[in-house]
Amino acid sequence: MKKLINDPADLVSEALRGVAAAHPDLRVDHENKVVFRGDAPVSGKVGMVSGGGAGHEPLHGGFVGPGMLDAACAGEVFTSPVPDQMVAATRGVDGGAGVLHVVKNYTGDVMNFEMAAEMVAAESGTEVVAVVTDDDVAVQDSLYTAGRRGVGVTVLLEKIAGAAAEQGRPLAEVADVAKKVNGQGRSMGVALTSCTVPAAGKPTFDLPEGEMELGVGIHGEPGRRRVPVAPAREIAQMLVEPVLADLDFTGGDGVLAFVNGLGATPLIELYLMYAEIAALLDKAGVRVARSLVGPYMTSLDMAGCSLTLLKVDDDLLRLWDAPVRTPGLRWGV
Amino acid sequence: MSVGGGQDTAALAEWVREFARVVAEQRDHLTELDAAIGDADHGANMHRGLSAAVAAMDAAPPDGPGALLKQVGMTMVSKVGGASGPLYGTLFLRMAGSATGADLDPAGFAAALRAGLDGVVSRGKAERGDKTMVDALGPACDALDAALAAGTAFGPALRAAADAGRAGRDATVPLVARKGRASYLGERSAGHQDPGATSSALLLDAAVTALAGTEG
Repeated sequence: MKKLINDPADLVSEALRGVAAAHPDLRVDHENKVVFRGDAPVSGKVGMVSGGGAGHEPLHGGFVGPGMLDAACAGEVFTSPVPDQMVAATRGVDGGAGVLHVVKNYTGDVMNFEMAAEMVAAESGTEVVAVVTDDDVAVQDSLYTAGRRGVGVTVLLEKIAGAAAEQGRPLAEVADVAKKVNGQGRSMGVALTSCTVPAAGKPTFDLPEGEMELGVGIHGEPGRRRVPVAPAREIAQMLVEPVLADLDFTGGDGVLAFVNGLGATPLIELYLMYAEIAALLDKAGVRVARSLVGPYMTSLDMAGCSLTLLKVDDDLLRLWDAPVRTPGLRWGV
Repeated sequence: MSVGGGQDTAALAEWVREFARVVAEQRDHLTELDAAIGDADHGANMHRGLSAAVAAMDAAPPDGPGALLKQVGMTMVSKVGGASGPLYGTLFLRMAGSATGADLDPAGFAAALRAGLDGVVSRGKAERGDKTMVDALGPACDALDAALAAGTAFGPALRAAADAGRAGRDATVPLVARKGRASYLGERSAGHQDPGATSSALLLDAAVTALAGTEG
């Protein structure tokens, strides 16, 4: 294992020190491992809180700032944060209009956020609503599992619902926007290599040179099947087909197409993949209204990518285009 | 044990210490089980949480069974993270909610354990047969209730509960996981013993060691 680390046990706290040093407009609570926007709480605005295991950067801490999240809690690598952190984040962003919790559908994340919401309810009048993302079409038998995993849609939801909150919409409306984004988004990923969790020191799973894991999760959860490595054009098809099969993306105002890098895949390959995917979408009659290409929800040093499609309408497009100022996404400001 | 024959704060504290001790001993085994179908952190997480729970008891000894169980539950919730933190935390917190008074008589202990099980079920939304902690705790609660209803003394009743917990743990081996990260393996999760059911069986064994006493 070759990594730019000191003691693996200090990785998250040392990285947060770097976040604080590099982004003076953010405020980092090092004790609770929470990244706040500098002016939190914003009076009268719905507070946007997310969080999860570390290792997916820039998600979530890199999406804290005006127009997106108010706070993000970091757990250990690939381990959900604990409720105390979420309670601290919720308190810190409560501007009197309630708080939205954005939770990815993983057993630990869901339960810890639930407990945090109960703890907040027990000690204050702050209203908390949770929205859970579960967009990963790789999970087919979701009735017999912990359900579909929350992946790429989470990034788009944090941006779009964050914009709705920034506009001053009330909690129920911000939550409706968030639920709509999750309901209208689908994702599928592929891994070319495993990732190495620093504390473990060795690759999470064994993936031979000539094979790839189709439908992989962002923690290296097994996918739909293991297949021989193929040209990008064929991989693009393997990602696009199951996404289009799960939801009708044709017609309407088109889609937001998001090609996400899993950490170790260079941007040049992500753009090549985007070209292949855009061609396939065009052939399928899906109109792309907006796009996003880059490593926004990573899995440490895993090579590979995921595709997320989100069906958009006028409102979602306007919210997507609204100004945002975070380390990870920044435009219009 | 108190004058009334129930479990007092000191006895329950001994139970938690014994659980922490066996989990420390079985830490690598729990992690190996978890590596096969989960994310290889169950041993480390439980060890961290229970060490913190014991440290908290030493630093601020709680007054009363409810206070003790609550302290343990809160510590597990705060220190463990992942899925086992909220689940074991909820188990102890719900037991705390049920454990009012200065000690727990046998029926009170059984009711508290049942309340803990119900908490785990509602928190994790797991049913029996999903290959989880519930597969050890559920049969154990049933066995404890049945034994006490039949007039069995607390010690032997607790042993029957621990036996049922271990049998439930063993019965998770052929099951296909339907909850947690193991569920994504589908059929590939069969053939492995569930780490959560395994640590729950240790909790019941620890209860026998610390609480069954000599009456049976």
